[in-house]
Amino acid sequence: MLSRVAENVYWLARYVERAENTARLINVTAHVMMDLPVKVRFGWDTLLTITGSGGDYRGRGRGEAAVIRFLTADGDNRGSLLSSLRRARESARTVRDILPQEAWEQVNTVYLEAGRNLARKPNPRARYDHLNAVVVGCQELAGIVEGTMSRDWAFEFLRAGRHLERADMTTRIIDVRAASRLPDTVGDLTPFENVLWMGVLRTMSAYQMYRRHTHGMVRRPDVLTFLFTDPVFPRSFLHCVTRVEESLRNLPGAEGPLRTARAVGKLVTEVAPADLKREELHQFIDDLQLGLAALNDRITDAYFPAAQ
Amino acid sequence: MWVVVRFGRGSNDFAMSIDWRQYAANGAFDELIAGGGKARPGAGRLCRFLARLSDAELKERKAAAELAIQMMGITFTVYSDKRTKGQTGIDRAWPFDIIPRVIRKSEWDRIAAGLAQRVRALNLFIDDVYHDQKIVKDGVFPRDLLAGSRNFRPQCVGFSPPLKVWAHICGSDLIRDKDGTVYVLEDNLRVPSGVSYMLENREVTKRVFPELMASVRVLPVHDYPAQLSDTLAAIAPRKRGRPEIVVLTPGIYNSAYFEHAYLARQMGAELVEGSDLVVGDDDHVYMRTIAGLTPVDVIYRRIDDLFLDPEAFRPDSAIGVPGLLRAWRKGNVGLANAPGAGVADDKVVYAYVPQMIRYYLDEDAILPNVPTYKCVEKKAREHVLANLDKLVVKPANESGGYGMLVGPQSTKREREKMAARVRARPREYIAQPMVTLSTAPTLVGVRPEPRHMDLRPFILLGGDVTVTTGGLTRVALKAGSTVVNSSQGGGSKDTWIVDTSRGG
Repeated sequence: MLSRVAENVYWLARYVERAENTARLINVTAHVMMDLPVKVRFGWDTLLTITGSGGDYRGRGRGEAAVIRFLTADGDNRGSLLSSLRRARESARTVRDILPQEAWEQVNTVYLEAGRNLARKPNPRARYDHLNAVVVGCQELAGIVEGTMSRDWAFEFLRAGRHLERADMTTRIIDVRAASRLPDTVGDLTPFENVLWMGVLRTMSAYQMYRRHTHGMVRRPDVLTFLFTDPVFPRSFLHCVTRVEESLRNLPGAEGPLRTARAVGKLVTEVAPADLKREELHQFIDDLQLGLAALNDRITDAYFPAAQ
Repeated sequence: MWVVVRFGRGSNDFAMSIDWRQYAANGAFDELIAGGGKARPGAGRLCRFLARLSDAELKERKAAAELAIQMMGITFTVYSDKRTKGQTGIDRAWPFDIIPRVIRKSEWDRIAAGLAQRVRALNLFIDDVYHDQKIVKDGVFPRDLLAGSRNFRPQCVGFSPPLKVWAHICGSDLIRDKDGTVYVLEDNLRVPSGVSYMLENREVTKRVFPELMASVRVLPVHDYPAQLSDTLAAIAPRKRGRPEIVVLTPGIYNSAYFEHAYLARQMGAELVEGSDLVVGDDDHVYMRTIAGLTPVDVIYRRIDDLFLDPEAFRPDSAIGVPGLLRAWRKGNVGLANAPGAGVADDKVVYAYVPQMIRYYLDEDAILPNVPTYKCVEKKAREHVLANLDKLVVKPANESGGYGMLVGPQSTKREREKMAARVRARPREYIAQPMVTLSTAPTLVGVRPEPRHMDLRPFILLGGDVTVTTGGLTRVALKAGSTVVNSSQGGGSKDTWIVDTSRGG
């Protein structure tokens, strides 16, 4: 498999996953905001910090409409949902010969539809539908890949990219909670705390699985444990990192990246995330993100050395 | 046998659908309608079917085609398009007319035989040119024309590629004049493109007219990628299991990138860029993979000769592979088309193809050339300069319709500029009489109007010769225009070869 192609496949998966999770993040934030009393609401600009796009934002106003436009449709924001989809499509375009035809058509369709919808003047009700359409479209793509693509190296790069990005986005979505100004509570949650953690779970379509798994109420420590270390929930951090590891094991010459992947997995198993206070949690999330960045670097070194 | 087209089901429908009697072909040969609303043989069922559709239904079918094209991501790229802020903007949806162009199989078989004959003769010519030049010594082809050819590559002299084939893939442009005669307009032997659109057009038609495709005996076109793959495999230097075939593209911003990716995908070959390939110290070609360097056997290159190898040709080429020509000359890699094949892809050389066929094959040309004035000959040049307003003047070595003068549609200033160019470099120009390109009904809104078109079939030469079933029909979408290139406002149609031997 060509290094250039492998790199494009890997980034295709990352961009698609990023777009999907950005849509999820915005939808849940909007949802949570409506349920929170004004005094504990956080500013929409918090999302800029969470998505790591604060630097590019300067001078665009702090209101909901401005922030959401920046995060969804702004062409200058390299991390915006539409930029991600566009880059996914560009990557897909260069590897059309190895993607199943339907997968390319799906990437193309999701991009074109999102472009049409998100470029319009924002309207909160339509916005939910449009963002949800992105989520569903990306899930459909995952289904097409799952159902029609041979389990070859291209597939492993796709899977590695998707899970690495998903792990990263999971930490960012959890960070929405860390950003709120509600004090941490132990034991029974206040109604608002409950609202927040339900929102986080719902963003990741995790609420139902959480209930089935823990047989209990929505409690902060349990939610954190679930989202960071649950071995079988497909969006938990540990599960995602394990999937990356699995893909790497199917690739040639993976020793370097594998070592780093194992180290990143240990970060969540050796610390008990449930016990972390708000500030500590935020710091912990930063460490995880740095770990994932290092893993990305090892994968790049091993498989995508820049062609002269 | 002429098929009389019947209209609508009643007077109400009549006002709401196509009435072929209203269709006027303006003096050109029409591929579908013979006059008075009569469909040509093979097109009857199609014309009746279209006439039965209401305007609303026709609109629906058009929309379905547009959607299919968008969903399938069938695009082409225009050189002059700028990248605009916030969007890539280089892709355009492929302009497609849903009414297919129809050719009877009996007629097509003769055309296909003529094309196969041409490509065999052209390949013998190329091989001769790089070896003994017998055709020159025997006085059939003028020596100075060869000396002046921009596509003659001294680097290829004396080399014999596998099977002695130089142009494995050829795209010849056919046009039909008023009287129905089909002429060859040019042969593209360098990196002809368009075949992917031929294949995709058929896919779109299947989605848009499924019931029609089921009832008319349209011969399939889908074999091409498999045949291309076989043609390429035949020139692999080592016979070791499945040869590693790659498609070499200049990259995503090339106008034919869509096609490069499409063909690679259909053949199950790697799509590579120059930077993915490397020629080792052993003069073998390798590609950079995630598991290190792996050997490459055959390269279907979609890069022009001059950019192929900065060591052998243009040193400033950033899209080529240093050392590629060396590897090829040592017989370590197959290249299709072979470097230097373009020597026969020249509109002056073209004028001699009928003589080549007689010289090499001892046969008469099945397909005629368009009469061609070679400006390099004094008498012809004078005639051309005196009749610029009636002729079409073309540069000998350009493709894509660039740099050409269509006399009857030109301004005085344009003719003066062309006259100066012809005088300065006569070898570089040829002229041909204005051929009235045939038309076929093309939808403008929901009404069919005649639009001019040509046809580009593709011919593969490896061990055997294969000709595509039909080809890519390119249509000028502007009324009266004869410029069919997609880069200049052309569109395309599906091309049906219909077997009429038992009804149709």
